Amino acid sequence: MSSKNNLLVNLENAGVYKSPKWLIKGVSLEVRRGQIVTLIGPNGSGKTTTAKMVLSILEPDEGSIKRYTDKIAYVPQKINIDWTMPLRVVDFMRLTNNLNDNEVSESLNQTGVEKLFKEQIHGLSGGEFQRVLLARAIAKKPELLVLDEPVQGVDFNGEIDLYNIIKNISANLNCGILLVSHDLHFVMSATDHVVCLNGHICCSGKPSTVIKDKAYIELFGEHRSKTLTYYQHDHDHTHNSDGSVSS
Amino acid sequence: MFDDFFTRALVTGIGIAIITGPLGCLVIWRRLSYFGDTLAHSALLGVTLAYAFSLNIAFSVFIISAVIALLLLNLQKRTRLAGDSLLGLLAHSTLAIGLVLMGFLSSIRFDIMGLLFGDILSVTVEDIALVWIGGSVILGILYFIWKSLFSATVNFDLASAEGMQPNIYNMIFTLLLAGVIALSIKMIGTLLITGLLIIPAATSRNITNNPKQMVFVAILIGILSVTIGLFTSLEFNTSSGPSIIVIAIILFIISLIPLELRGKLQK
Repeated sequence: MSSKNNLLVNLENAGVYKSPKWLIKGVSLEVRRGQIVTLIGPNGSGKTTTAKMVLSILEPDEGSIKRYTDKIAYVPQKINIDWTMPLRVVDFMRLTNNLNDNEVSESLNQTGVEKLFKEQIHGLSGGEFQRVLLARAIAKKPELLVLDEPVQGVDFNGEIDLYNIIKNISANLNCGILLVSHDLHFVMSATDHVVCLNGHICCSGKPSTVIKDKAYIELFGEHRSKTLTYYQHDHDHTHNSDGSVSS
Repeated sequence: MFDDFFTRALVTGIGIAIITGPLGCLVIWRRLSYFGDTLAHSALLGVTLAYAFSLNIAFSVFIISAVIALLLLNLQKRTRLAGDSLLGLLAHSTLAIGLVLMGFLSSIRFDIMGLLFGDILSVTVEDIALVWIGGSVILGILYFIWKSLFSATVNFDLASAEGMQPNIYNMIFTLLLAGVIALSIKMIGTLLITGLLIIPAATSRNITNNPKQMVFVAILIGILSVTIGLFTSLEFNTSSGPSIIVIAIILFIISLIPLELRGKLQK
């Protein structure tokens, strides 16, 4: 299979203009099947805007975008569901998807919230809601999954759980994942390609390359980037012991 | 069977309640109460134009409502005024233009009260046909687009990202709303139609816990309001449109009671 067949989405020099300024400019990136691409950067650096371009919620005002799949699932950063709409978790799971009860339970089970099946969406805690959002996206069996800060509001252990689930999704479903995250530890240890944004692309590449990049160190500060160098080292060690190569 | 004016009123009213149930739910979910009101106000202009050019009233009201909806979308792109300001602007300007035009048509006698509050007791067999056939078309389209429309109502971005094309379905929904107002203007009137859209849906929300249930209960409450309202107006010789709305609001108040009781029991 040629590498072209694995390409899911391709942005070329894309930008979004919202009067009076460019929210993001000159973004080129691609997501392939089985790959986790992460967007990092400070608040207002254009991470969500870039994700929305990939999802065709926003059309680029310059540059181009090509999508090679329409099996897309989205975990948005924030959803407000008004009380006037009575909505159970199971109704929400079926929002853009026709699922039977078993399929709904199975997906909820994967993110550890099967017991919430019949609960009202309005009664969920922030963390529970994030898990339901992720379960809904998994249930769609997407080829491209876009996650905008999927672990916000989740407790510490839950965060590790969810990141493990995300890693498993990319392996099991063989889908491409575009992830917006503030968790530099996860980003640097578990993802394949990192794009560092600040209104434009500061730097991008493999995690090991990005953390050495001057633009990255400048953006995240020397101390934090060093801490992460340490984590990266830690990860290498684990990886070696998991792999067949002994040190 | 339609010889009796009261039977005709009942059949028409029940038809209208069946259409306003689901659309009313969507109106309150989408916070469009005032939008419905604006369309209803503009209906007066539609009625005036219908008389002026001898058009079918429902058709003329539908066209004007659709034009108003498109104007609103256009205005939203041109100015940063808030939605409610734009709606107020459109509602009252079309109402005023309608009334001014009416002045020019002095040769025709307008029943202003009839326009504002409707006259369900004067419906003809043709009106029944219009409501039931038009209503079936509206409900048929709504059934067909429900999933897309509903997902766009819950979250626009999510629906958009997952290929539900919310822009198209929002537009269709607006046209359906214009259609309902056009169908029911003669029976319920411009001032009360929003009430029939919103009150049964709001009542239903108090006693249901999922979207489909809310839609069906809203329809039942609408039918109940129309039926009890009409019998009340017959019994006490009150005007029929307002009687229906009064019953609807009484049902709403009743729907609040169990909630109160439940709250007390939990304490």
